Formats: sequence, structure tokens, C-alpha cells
Amino acid sequence: MVQAILFLPLIGAVIAGLFGTKAFKQLGTDDEVYADHAHNAPSVEHSHDQHGYNGPPWPMYLTTGLLCIGAVLSWIIFFGFLQGGHDGEIELLPWITSGSLKAAWSIRLDALTAVMLVVVNTVSALVHVYSLGYMSHDESQPRFFAYLSLFTFAMLALVTANNLIQMFFGWEGVGLASYLLIGFWYTRESANAAAIKAFVVNRVGDFGFALGIFGVFMVYGSVEFPVIFAHAPDAVGKTIHFLGHDWDTLTTLCLLLFMGAMGKSAQFLLHTWLPDAMEGPTPVSALIHAATMVTAGVFLVARLSPLFELAPHAREVVTIVGAITAFFAATVGLVQNDIKRVIAYSTCSQLGYMFVAMGVGAYGVGIFHLFTHAFFKALLFLGAGSVIHAMSGEQDMRKMGGLGPYVRITQAVMLIGTFSLTGVGIPGIGGFAGFHSKDAIIEASYAGGSTFAFALLVIAALCTSFYSWRLAFMTFSGPTRADKEVLDHAHESPPVMLVPLYVLAAGAIIAGFAFQHWFMGEGQAEFWGAAIYRSPDNHILTQMESVPLLVKWSATIAMLAGLGLAWLFYIRDTSLPKALAAVNQPAYQFLLNKWYFDELYDFIFVRPAKWIGRVFWKGGDGAVIDGLGPDGVSAAISGVTAQAVKLQTGYVYHYAFAMLIGVAAIISWFSFGGIHP
Amino acid sequence: MNWPLLSVITFLPLVGVAAILLARGDDEAAARYARWAALWATTGTFLISLLILPNFNAQTAGFQLVENHAWLGLANYRMGIDGISMPFVLLTTFLMPICIGASWFVKIRVREYMIAFLALETLMIGVFCALDLVLFYVFFEAGLIPMFLIIGVWGGARRVYASFKFFLYTLLGSVLMLIAIIAMYWQAGTTDIAVLLTRADGFPAAMQTWLWLAFFASFAVKMPMWPVHTWLPDAHVEAPTAGSVVLAAILLKMGGYGFLRFSLPMFPDASLYFQPLIYTLSIVAIIYTSLVALVQEDMKKLIAYSSVAHMGFVTMGIFSFTRQGIDGAIFQMISHGFVSGALFLCVGVAYDRMHTREIAAYGGLVNRMPLYAFVFLLFTMANIGLPGTSGFVGEFMTLLGAFKNNTWVAFFATSGMILSAVYALPLYRKVALGALVKDSLKHLPDITPRELATLAPLAALAIFFGFYPSPILNLFGVPVEGLLKTLHIAAANAGDILSIAMR
Repeated sequence: MVQAILFLPLIGAVIAGLFGTKAFKQLGTDDEVYADHAHNAPSVEHSHDQHGYNGPPWPMYLTTGLLCIGAVLSWIIFFGFLQGGHDGEIELLPWITSGSLKAAWSIRLDALTAVMLVVVNTVSALVHVYSLGYMSHDESQPRFFAYLSLFTFAMLALVTANNLIQMFFGWEGVGLASYLLIGFWYTRESANAAAIKAFVVNRVGDFGFALGIFGVFMVYGSVEFPVIFAHAPDAVGKTIHFLGHDWDTLTTLCLLLFMGAMGKSAQFLLHTWLPDAMEGPTPVSALIHAATMVTAGVFLVARLSPLFELAPHAREVVTIVGAITAFFAATVGLVQNDIKRVIAYSTCSQLGYMFVAMGVGAYGVGIFHLFTHAFFKALLFLGAGSVIHAMSGEQDMRKMGGLGPYVRITQAVMLIGTFSLTGVGIPGIGGFAGFHSKDAIIEASYAGGSTFAFALLVIAALCTSFYSWRLAFMTFSGPTRADKEVLDHAHESPPVMLVPLYVLAAGAIIAGFAFQHWFMGEGQAEFWGAAIYRSPDNHILTQMESVPLLVKWSATIAMLAGLGLAWLFYIRDTSLPKALAAVNQPAYQFLLNKWYFDELYDFIFVRPAKWIGRVFWKGGDGAVIDGLGPDGVSAAISGVTAQAVKLQTGYVYHYAFAMLIGVAAIISWFSFGGIHP
Repeated sequence: MNWPLLSVITFLPLVGVAAILLARGDDEAAARYARWAALWATTGTFLISLLILPNFNAQTAGFQLVENHAWLGLANYRMGIDGISMPFVLLTTFLMPICIGASWFVKIRVREYMIAFLALETLMIGVFCALDLVLFYVFFEAGLIPMFLIIGVWGGARRVYASFKFFLYTLLGSVLMLIAIIAMYWQAGTTDIAVLLTRADGFPAAMQTWLWLAFFASFAVKMPMWPVHTWLPDAHVEAPTAGSVVLAAILLKMGGYGFLRFSLPMFPDASLYFQPLIYTLSIVAIIYTSLVALVQEDMKKLIAYSSVAHMGFVTMGIFSFTRQGIDGAIFQMISHGFVSGALFLCVGVAYDRMHTREIAAYGGLVNRMPLYAFVFLLFTMANIGLPGTSGFVGEFMTLLGAFKNNTWVAFFATSGMILSAVYALPLYRKVALGALVKDSLKHLPDITPRELATLAPLAALAIFFGFYPSPILNLFGVPVEGLLKTLHIAAANAGDILSIAMR
């Protein structure tokens, strides 16, 4: 069954991609290319209809149908694990085998895999369905759906991997799909730039990931999870010689692997690609850049918990990076005006929360937040997509406002998403999905002893609440700032887009209290089983229950404060934001420009690389190597360049002949050598 | 096997040459005849070369399908293959029909063109099959001539400069190799490669150093390694499409093959001694040429520089002296044969339509040529080593091997993973993506069925071996183990000083 889940999306992607798109439908002919009049040929306009899609609908239905099957099967497996299913390992095909290196295509099925299967396939299936409506006017829909399914396959390969190299395959595979989907509208230069940026920044993370894999292989002699996990404690207290120094083995390995996680999950310093990734169509943002791919880093840490659990120093770094990201992204989210960018920074921030949970050893809690976050963040993105759809493509919130009456349902589900994200609920009793998981992380950060992380997370929670309500108010409430023309066309989305919103909204409400028992409640030890390793002296879950009352309420208070401030700024007195920005101009600009990271990286990486490249090319290759080498030699001999011009093809034969003579001379030399040894 | 399979494969293309020579005339009919004759000859060669597979046993060490005839007194005509050379033979025979197909519309001197390619095929197969130093040298050197002509006659505007540069570099390297071969003959009394490989007492250590350097001069140029790489971009830029394909896919591999066949097993002490040199040059090649590729304005030059960077992974893997490193290096060479060959074909497709290789002349091709954009993307991804393509397997394994041996080397070389994306993706963007604004591009036809026939097999193999590399990896496991044994004995004799220094 799990094989079917894994390969159904691939089958859909290949069939839809090869036969559903126009790839093979307009082959050229050699005559067109090589005939002398080729370029004046009034070649037939290949039905270049820019306004819509007029091909058959089967590629879309095929991919969507296969994904829905996969989603249902995933839930079956997941419920099996809720009732105490057992882990499995399935080997499909040998992959890389060389000496002691063995990496097979395989499936590792345990509770962690099951959770990820549900998250990935549910959101993916819903996004497929949603896209039937959202992309219905796009001329290259089949390509879009093929990419979506390809992404799903890569993501599933990642979460089912039983060795690090297959995980790396999925890891880079989702990167490819992300690249393709961000740049889906390839005529937009900004989209193409964002796609490359996403790929390259991820590769920076993968650089660390790859080194981590090499290191694991060197230390454990294997890249397979069962072997690594079984022997993980062997490396405790040992050192590894890396880059001229002896470092603690597990700390080094975990930090290298975590670098990959930082790239994929857009953590502080490697986050710059995520906001730009919003150039992709909105369903993509919901699926890849909110619910699934960006959480791969969190999954990585959870999957490798047997290693991270033994590397407390590495986990401290994870905590700090996560906390800084949560804080940093939330502050930037405060002032963004693009509706999708606000949610993107929110995603970045929430990923920071998850990493804090990982860092303090509350793996189940982090995965729980990953799980609930998938619902409400996908909901917010798809809801934003519905708003954008209604506004004929407008994404700037300064040109919205007062949209509530036009899109009642969208507004309702977006509010549910906001409730869930900001963590509405009553401590001790219950609330929306995000309340259960996010507040648990804040408690865990306190219980884990990291006051730094706790403080930053609470501030971030306040910011989260503020920007979420700011988004809601600026979009749906107050007097409208939209053009009349746009507003006249504003309409609620069709049912095919609304149904996924209903499902996700249901998830955003109930996913918290419905599953808390297994993820981090009494049933957690049994549910996770061997999937997550916690050392015997890791008592974070029990410590969480005994945190002071104020800590328990801190997140809720922060949430209410944020709500109040947002109400004050965007409902009560709408002149306040402008006044505040005017007073604190440097701070405002600092936030608006995302802490100037893009400018900084451009200055220290991008431009020097090009400059060095040019110096190497013109100076190194041109002046030094060629100048002292062939060009210099020939110039020194006789100014050969002048002669070279004269050397037309006929002369070349002379040289060939000269070489033949050379070969003949060698042969004769040996012939004589044979006669007179 | 009671007939000389390897000789048949090697010399069958010459039958095609004879067939073309027999037909006279310069008209279109003669040209068409030459094309078909070349296609049949190369296809036939490929099909017959497939017979190697059932007759080859990957589990045995030593050479197979051996032929041995008296030839030039002491230098015998000895042919044979092992797991290391066999994949290169098949790579060559597989690529040649594709090259002929890609050259279908060559306009000038068609007969001579086809003859040059067929002769080149014979010489290239010979290099990989030769089991005698002299025979190897003859094939190795003679291969220069057709390639020189292909660049010099059918090349672009600066073809003469490029062909001479190519010729100067390679010839200078191989003169030193010739001297070394003579010295080896004096010392060992034989030119039989199989004997030289299995001699109990190898060459004296002091002599090894000089022999190693002499062979290195030749192989480093062929590879090409930094800093003797500058002939390659010029040669690629000026060569016709099929010439670039052969150059990148097969001729460059002779350097790596030479290291594995001669330098490592015959001069193991020297190889250990020179490991730091190779490591340094490999890292410089990876980083330096990647950065240079980043600022290129000519498509072919960019891909040529990327080839140099990829060959840096190969030399690093070979000299990591680990199983994964060497396996990965061989695999990388085969994979690079598919991928870089295909990338040059992709450039050829664009060039045939627009008659320029300048990146700035393109943009937005995907709008008119979706299939081309798809294929180009696939090979771009294979070029930057995306897992699931053959480009990943070799690169990853060489890095893994190097890491076991020296983390600094692996650290710097792994940065090549980032850099390859940095130069390859913008190229793709500038050529294929964006809006179609240039008038000159607005009527371009998409890939033709003939072009698809040349690219599709490469695409299929690049993906197939990306997911299932075992058929190739299994071929050379045994000989690579043997190679490592030789090196470990040498390392042990050197008093383990080196292996400690290697950490």
C-alpha cells in the first residue's frame, strides 16, 4: 500500500508531463531548420492562445485523482499507527553500491513517516483540487499539475527514506520541484530570479547536508538509518578530525546536517529565498512553501533524533537558530504589504518554533506543530489565493480593505486560520489547532531551560497575532481601498476551490485536540515507538506540565495583546501606522527591507563571485596561462598569429601530414628496436 | 569467443571509411551516400560492441577477450578489456551514431567529414582496448589527427587558432609520455601492459616519480586539469557540434582512463607521493573554472568550463585512493559522457537555428520550443548533479571518497555543488526562460524528430543510470579492488608515513 502511495504521484507526473503538455505536440522539421529561407518562413502559429487552456482536461483529473487515492491510503496507514501499527522496512531496488557503501531505494514506515504521509498527501490532494479552479484559466495547466505531482513524489521519497542518500534525493528533488514551480510563470523575470535564488540558497544548505552525510559514513561506515541509529552511541565522546581540528563527532555531524535543514526550512541566514518564492502560483505557496517542503528540515531533525539526542551542543544551536528565526521573521512580517509575503514570513517564523521544540528535545511537540501548521497555514495561503482570485490578481493589501461582504466564505475560513495561527484557546481547556501545538512549544522552551528562546518566542507570538490580524483587518474590514473596476469583478471562488478550504478549516479547528493525545499526550510513547528517540534523562514532556501558570498563559496574553494592538492600529485609528512609521523611520525601513539581508548577500557573495570569475577568466586564463603558455610561446617564436590567418584549410592537411610522419617515425623506431634489441 | 571481437569493433568503422572512399563524386548524392554509410558503420559497430556484454565476466580480475599477435618486433598487437576500460568502449560505440546523426546537415566536405569521424572512432576504441604501450601510444596520438582536422576544417571562425592550441598542448604532453614509454621499455624489457601491471617488483621509486610526471603531463592535458585546460574552451567553441560531443564525452576521458590504467597501478609510490598535487589542482579546477564559467558569454564556453570543473571531481576521486572515490570517478566519467555530450547537442540545436552561440542572442525559447526547453533543463539538472540523474551518483561518490581521505579537500570540492547551480541555472534562464521578445527568435521551430533521436537516448540513460547505476558500478568493482590492493601495498612499504599525512 505504501508503495502505491509513493509511486502514484510519480506515475501521474510522468504521464501528464510527457503526454498532457505541449512538449511533443509541435515538433519542428529539419526543413524548417536547414532550408535557406528558414527564418522568413511564415511557420504556422501553433495555436498560441494566450488566454486560456483549450486542451483536454484529463491530465488534471488524472493527477488529482491519483493524489486523492494516495491521501486516502495515507490516512488508513495513519489510523493504523494510532491503534498501534508496527514499523516496517521495505527495500525496493539497489541504488548506489560501492564497497562498504550501500544505499538502496527503500521505504521506512513508522509513526513519523505516517504523520508525514498524511500531511503531504492531504495537503497535496487538496491543493490539486483547489488548483482545478485556481489555474483553470492558465494555458499550461497540465505542466502545473505534473510539477505538483512530481513535487509530491519527491517529498514522499524524502519522508519514506531509509538512508541518508535517498533522503538527499528527496531533499534535492523537492528543491527541483520548488524551482520549477516558483518559476512556473517563466515569462516573468522576477519569477525566474526567485526560482534560481531558491535553488542556490538551498544548495548552500545542501552543501552542509552533503558534508554531514560524508561524515556519518566515515564515522559509522554506513548511510542506512537502522545501522546508524543502532550504533549512534558508539560515537559519544569521540572526536572527528575535520578541517584541521578535532571536534566532538556528534556535534559536528549534527550541525552539518542541520545546515541542510536551515536551508530547506528557511532558517535565519538562509531564509532569503522563501519570501521571494511567493512568485510562484499561490497553491504552490500553500503546498510547498508552507505545509510540506519547508518542514523537511524539521522532519530531518526528528528523523535523526537518535543522533541529535546525543549531541546537546548541537541542539543548543538548533534552539537558538529557531528562536532567532521565529523572532526575526515575525518582526519583518509586521510591516509587509504583500498579502502572500506576510504569510511567508509567518511560515518562516513558525518553522523557527518547530526547531525550538526540536532543540529542547520535545520532538513530538515539534512534529505536532508541523502537523497542525500544515492545516492552518495551507488554509491561510489558499484563502489568500481566493482573495487574490477575487481581486483579479491584486496582492497588495494597501489596495484591498472592506472585502468581507464580497467573499464571505473566504473571510470566514481565513478567520479560522487566523484563530488557529495566533493560538486562540484557553490554557488548560483547549482551543484551535495552533493553540495546542504552539503554546506547547513555548512551554517546552521554558521547561527546557532556554529563557532566551522562551522570551523570543513570546515576543514572536505577539508579533504573530499582530500581523495576522493586521492582514485580516486590512483585507476584509474597513472602507475599501480597491479600484472600483476591480471591486465590480470581485466574486467568491467556485466550489472546487472552496471545498479544500472547508476541509482545511476543519483541520485547523480540530487537529489540535483530536490528536494531541498521540503526539504529545499520554499516548505519545506508544504512538511514536522507535520512530523518535529520547534519551532516558530527557524529561521535557513531564517538565512542561509543571511550568508556572504565567508561562502557561504567556502565549495567550501575547496573542490578546497583539490582537488589541492590531485593532487599535487598523480599525480604531488607521492613521496610527503611518504616524508610527514616520516617527521611527530607520526602524521601519529596517523591517520593511527585511533587515537588509538581500543587499548584504549581494554585496558579500554575488558581486565578488562575478568579479573573481572575471579576473580568473581574463587575468588567469587569458593573461597568465595563455599569455605565458601557448600564445606567449607562439608569439615569441615568430608572431604566429599573422601566419595563422593565412593558414586556410588546405594548409591544415600539411600539418596533419606532418603528424602522420611523426607517428610513422615512432613506429619505425620500434620496428628497428625489434630488429636490434 | 573464437573470433577477435575487439579488433572487429575497433576496425569496423574503417570499413565505413573504405565504403565512402570507394564512391566517387562531390555531388549531393555522394554526400548522402557518405552520411548513410557512416551511420550504418557506426550503428553496426555499436550493435556488435553489445556482444561484449554476454562475453564479459565482471567478477574476474584481469583482462578478457584478449588478442595477441606479433606486430612490430617487441611491441605486440595486444588487445583486451577489463571492467575499467569496457564501459568506455561501449560509451564510444554508443555515442558515435548519435554524432553522425547530429552531423546530418553538415554542408561542406561531407565525405571527408564522415571519414574523419569514422577514423576517430577506430582510434578511440583502440585507446581503450590496447594492451600494449606502443599500440596504446599510437592510438592515443593518432586520435589527435582527425580531431585536429575536425576542428580546423569544419570549425568556426577562429578554428585555426583553436586547432593549433589543441594540437600544441596535447602533443607537448604526449612527447613526454613517449619518452617515458621508451624508458619503461628499457627498464622492464616489455611493453605488454598486462605484464607491467602484474610484475611483482614494479619500477624503482625514483624512476616512478619521473615516469609518473611524464604520463601526468599527457593525461593532465587530456583531462584537462588546471592550469593546462585553456585549450579546451577554445577547442569546444570552434569545433562543430559533433566534434564537441566527441571531445567532451570521450577524448577527455582518456586522461582519467590513463591515470587508472598506468599511473596508479604502475607507479603507485609516485601516485601516493603526488596525491597532494592532484588534490590541489582538482580543487582549483572545481572552484576556479566554476567561477570562470559564471561570467561566460558564450554557451559552449560556459559548458566547456563546466566540463573542466567536473573533471576536477574525477581526478580528485581517482586520487582519493578509496573504493567510493575511484568507483565514483569512473562513473562520473561515463555520466559526463552522456550529459556534457547532450549539452553540446543542445547548444548545437540552438546554433543550427540562430548561427550564434552568444547567450545574449537568446531568451524565451521555451515559448516556441517547449520540448527543447524540457530537454535542455533535464541535462542542465544532470550537469549540476541533481540526485536522480547520473550526474549525481559519480559526483557524490567522489566527494564521499575524498572526505574519508581528507576533509579539507572534500570541503572545498563540495562547494562546487553550489557553484554548479550558480553558473548553470542562469545560463538556462537566459537562453530558455523569459518572454520571447527578440524578433529573430519568433519563428524558430522546435526540436525535430532527428534531433530528438540524438537526444532522447542520452536523456533516457542519464535518468536510468541516475536511478539504477548498478549495471555500470558492478562492472569495475573487481579491478578497482585490485588497484586499491596495489596502492595499499605501496603505502605500507612507504612506512605508513603517507597514510598518516593523508588524514
